[in-house]
Amino acid sequence: MSAAFALWCVGLLLVAAAIGTAIPRRHVATPIVYGASLVASVVALAGALAALIGPAPVSTATLPLGLPWLGAHFRIDALAAFFLIVVNLGSAAASLYALGYGRHEPAPHRVLPFYPVFVAGMNLVVLADDAFTFLLSWEFMSLSSWALVMAHHRLRENVRAAYVYLVMASFGTLCLLLAFALLAGVDGAYGFEAMRVRDAGPVTAALVLTFALLGAGSKAGLVPLHVWLPLAHPAAPSHVSALMSGVMTKVAVYGFIRIVLDLLGPPEWGWSMVVLALGGITSVLGVLYALMQHDLKRLLAYHTVENIGIIFIGLGLAMAFQAYQVSWAAALALTAALFHVLNHSLFKSLLFFGSGAVLTATGERDMEHLGGLIHRMPLTAFTFLVGCVAISALPPLNGFVSEWLTFQAILQSPDLPPWGLKVLIPAVGAMLALSAALAAACFVKAFGITFLGRPRSPAAANAREVDRFSLATMFAFSGLCLLAGVLPGLVIDALAPVVGGLLGDRMPVQLDVPWLSIVPIAEARSSYNGLLIFVFITASASLAVYVIHRFASRVLRRAPPWDCGFPDPRPITQYTAGSFAQPIRRVFGTSVFLARERVDMPPPGDRRPARLTVELRDLVWDMLYVPVAGAVDATAGRLNILQFQSIRRYLSLVVAALVALLLVLAIWL
Amino acid sequence: MDGLDFDVAHLFAGGLVLVSFMMLYQDRLYALLNIFALHAIVLAFSVGWQAYIQDAPQLYITAAIAIVFKGIIIPVALHRIIQRLGIHREIETVIGIGPTMVLGIGFVALSLAVMLRVTAEADRLAREDVALALSVVLLGLLMMVTRRNAVSQVVGFMSTENGLILAATGAKGMPFVVEMSVAFSVLVAFVVIGVFLFRIRERFDTVDAQALDRFRRTRE
Amino acid sequence: MALIHDLVVQGGQLLLVLLMAPLLTGFVRKVKARLLRRRGAPIIQPYRDLARLLQKDVVLADNASWLFRVAPYLIFAATWVAAALVPTFATSLMFNWTADLIAIAALLGSVRFFLALAGLDIGTSFGGIGSSREMMIASLAEPAILMIVFTLALVAKSTQLSTISDFMLSSHVGVRISLGLVLVGLIIVAIAENARVPVDNPATHLELTMVHEAMVLEYSGRHLAVIELAASLKLLLYISLIACIFTPWGLVRADAGLAAYVLGSAAWVAKLAIGGALLALFETVIAKMRVFRVPTFLGAALMLGLLGTLLLFVSRSL
Repeated sequence: MSAAFALWCVGLLLVAAAIGTAIPRRHVATPIVYGASLVASVVALAGALAALIGPAPVSTATLPLGLPWLGAHFRIDALAAFFLIVVNLGSAAASLYALGYGRHEPAPHRVLPFYPVFVAGMNLVVLADDAFTFLLSWEFMSLSSWALVMAHHRLRENVRAAYVYLVMASFGTLCLLLAFALLAGVDGAYGFEAMRVRDAGPVTAALVLTFALLGAGSKAGLVPLHVWLPLAHPAAPSHVSALMSGVMTKVAVYGFIRIVLDLLGPPEWGWSMVVLALGGITSVLGVLYALMQHDLKRLLAYHTVENIGIIFIGLGLAMAFQAYQVSWAAALALTAALFHVLNHSLFKSLLFFGSGAVLTATGERDMEHLGGLIHRMPLTAFTFLVGCVAISALPPLNGFVSEWLTFQAILQSPDLPPWGLKVLIPAVGAMLALSAALAAACFVKAFGITFLGRPRSPAAANAREVDRFSLATMFAFSGLCLLAGVLPGLVIDALAPVVGGLLGDRMPVQLDVPWLSIVPIAEARSSYNGLLIFVFITASASLAVYVIHRFASRVLRRAPPWDCGFPDPRPITQYTAGSFAQPIRRVFGTSVFLARERVDMPPPGDRRPARLTVELRDLVWDMLYVPVAGAVDATAGRLNILQFQSIRRYLSLVVAALVALLLVLAIWL
Repeated sequence: MDGLDFDVAHLFAGGLVLVSFMMLYQDRLYALLNIFALHAIVLAFSVGWQAYIQDAPQLYITAAIAIVFKGIIIPVALHRIIQRLGIHREIETVIGIGPTMVLGIGFVALSLAVMLRVTAEADRLAREDVALALSVVLLGLLMMVTRRNAVSQVVGFMSTENGLILAATGAKGMPFVVEMSVAFSVLVAFVVIGVFLFRIRERFDTVDAQALDRFRRTRE
Repeated sequence: MALIHDLVVQGGQLLLVLLMAPLLTGFVRKVKARLLRRRGAPIIQPYRDLARLLQKDVVLADNASWLFRVAPYLIFAATWVAAALVPTFATSLMFNWTADLIAIAALLGSVRFFLALAGLDIGTSFGGIGSSREMMIASLAEPAILMIVFTLALVAKSTQLSTISDFMLSSHVGVRISLGLVLVGLIIVAIAENARVPVDNPATHLELTMVHEAMVLEYSGRHLAVIELAASLKLLLYISLIACIFTPWGLVRADAGLAAYVLGSAAWVAKLAIGGALLALFETVIAKMRVFRVPTFLGAALMLGLLGTLLLFVSRSL
């Protein structure tokens, strides 16, 4: 696919946005806007697949927009093609889902105009080939998603979420602006081509990396810049949450990869330590935060933070290997990271779609009011289960493959010389393992409390299955999760041009391996066959079922639950989200969140109920953001006297500034 | 001929700077207005001379505007309004006349230093004109900043604008000079009207008191 | 010919683990009983228990879902597949390249996942207790086992179990501190994963002391039989794992004669017996821990694994 073709798809999205603004009747506008977005995304997806798999060379396009002497440059290479696939797959699914979900939207005029612009912005960021276009599209993406977060603005928490999001997004854009300014240099060469060949010195490279990490990291959700994610992602409508969590964070990862691995050239190994450490901390903290949540969407948003941490661990490993020119290991690590990008966009979107379905059916996001939905919404429950199994990295689904590849990459690293890496990488490996285990716990909780057990509120008891479009989307993504899990060789080979373009080396060709296994390095070292594992499990289970049903008693009768002889039919006696997480909260939470439990037990004879209070503190918020916000407030208070000056004083300020600039000009020329 | 052109233009531009210094020196309102009228007349002569040597007849219109509008109409109008409103006729300065003059000299030096370096390749006549024009602009700004009286601030603003017109005409072949000077004149008119409406409202406490006034303290 | 040979070996392993699992459980119970100066049930009692359970009706709670009914078979299938891939008497199994040690650990993780979900399905507080405690134990046991896998993989330069056992059989091993640390760690993890004293008591149904039993409280009849068999398989898997890595003598390498296979199987049975006896001894000697001391116990395994990996990263000769 050529870049011009991609631009036409983006144009179609913008037209859809215009239509959404123009037509006032929601029943007409909703299908048109989402249908057009679906068509545009599917077409772009097909084109991007063709670009990635086919032998098409790099293609560029220029539009006469923007700065007069620069224009707007767009380019599709292998990296851009892969991320276009991720973006358009996610947006196609979200559009299809929204065809059903959007009917329940209370404020469609606040969502419909901005949704295609959001998708268009993400596509343009991936396509951009110069700094100006990149930043402009980035801002499009941020502002349209901000508008979508503000869609239900009557809720105070949504307004606050949107405000925090806006501040963090502006901060991120500022950092990226500085990064690109440093890359462009004094000559002001804003095109990516020029930036690639220009050799920045080590100080500039370090600064660029810092700014890229801050800018892209804040959009992706690296700790400690993640605070906006769990506020903003749940506030938006569910299909938008899926896009923000599953796709927009990946666009931020794309920005990081583009700047650090492509434009900047191979970085020093010290920086890989920073990225690795940040990735490890992010993954553990993200999943611990997720475990403490009882709002389903907030849990999923915090979990996105964990997965971004895993991706950055892979990227850090790739950077470390590349710094020492062990390019085959770097290729393995980068393939693992990119595979996880694809996987996460698949299963996180699936989970958000499921939570949207639950929200539509019950009106609740709080797990403490749900339960028993597996009986009322069996199809949604099945797809949500597939998503939970996939995200917990269990074979034979796709989450396991990318984690396995990351572990294999970690195992190749003992030969790296620096001591810092030798000590850090095992620790990061332990953190990765810890986060994987905690993720499984988190999703047992999420699925178990929401869908299993007995309904904890009338809303949950009266839920109904959702519409066909939502179900179709969720089943499609479940199928993709399974496919990516049993045919990982296809994905790895599809990623080969991307990795090759960035690092100069690639993983061995997987399609040659017999039985569709994947062999990352050599047959004797490690191999994995998802398809056979899946076949074996299915065959063993079927064999067991057959044998049991042949030789054992087939009688089944229903009765009240046994419950050790203390049956209590009230749903309040079952475990809640908070109680499920209590053991883990005791083990990890006392140090990470300063979790404290207080029991207020009335004395005997007093008939008021006992009270259990759990106190959790978000240490990142308390130790970083509150002081910064306080300092900003204090400074603003001091500077407030500037609002009350006379005209003459203001004029003096202007004159002083003018004189100062002239002095600068005089001295430095 | 080149020498004479240059000298006369230089004379007028330098004269404008001198008149700006004279404005800085004043402490009575009526005198200030008269000096301002002189400022406008010198500007008109300078622009006219430029029109003659550059062979650009449209600049004569600018010169005419300068004389008529800024040399006659505005000073007369201001004179009348000041008389009617009984505005305080002494000009209070912020930092005293002496230090103001010293600052003024400093500004002139700065503008000469900057402009002569920046325009190293340009034509000699244009360079001098632009440097002196910047001095006039800065002196006008200085006057706005160091005066407490609203009228003198407006006069400072207008002299700044005169400096800009000097710069515009000094650069040979600059398009739209006439249009710019008309626009500037309209701008000045609005500023003057605005200032006086403000004063009127303040003095006579009209109904238009906005809520914001309660929260602002203005000191004259 | 080689294909049939491999198929027979792999199939043999599949059947053998299935048949030996209840025997192992019975043996452990018998030894424990003897140590407590009881006579104890016969070694083949678990077989009788399974047969009895298979004949009984399934009593299902009113609000049990399809997941509750499907979970036992999934659990069994995953455990069986994992057990079939751990070398018991022969290192070169036909399908050992389909899953390495990490995949086996993850398969056991999926067993745990579905078991925990089944515990939550009925919506009783016992199921919740079991599931939440199980996930807490898992949150530390899984990283511990992954660090152990890392250490082994760094020593043997591979994560494939057959390659690791071959390496251990060869003479390159030497005595390494990391391997010692890994052995202790693996034993701790095995105890935790199999719900043995001191982490969990498989013989009790008291709320204070159950984790695994709490999750399967509502199961009955053939479902319970399948789950019990899966649990026995898991115990067999772990003992075989420890045996094949740390006591690999007797493991048949590729292409040996029938005598070697018989010898290998006998060696394996002997290792199982020794392992079972040691387990029974350990369970008798030590008391069960409080639930919130278990994280410390498992944290020790994690630290041992991490230390082993770190030592190998820092110096490859230690």
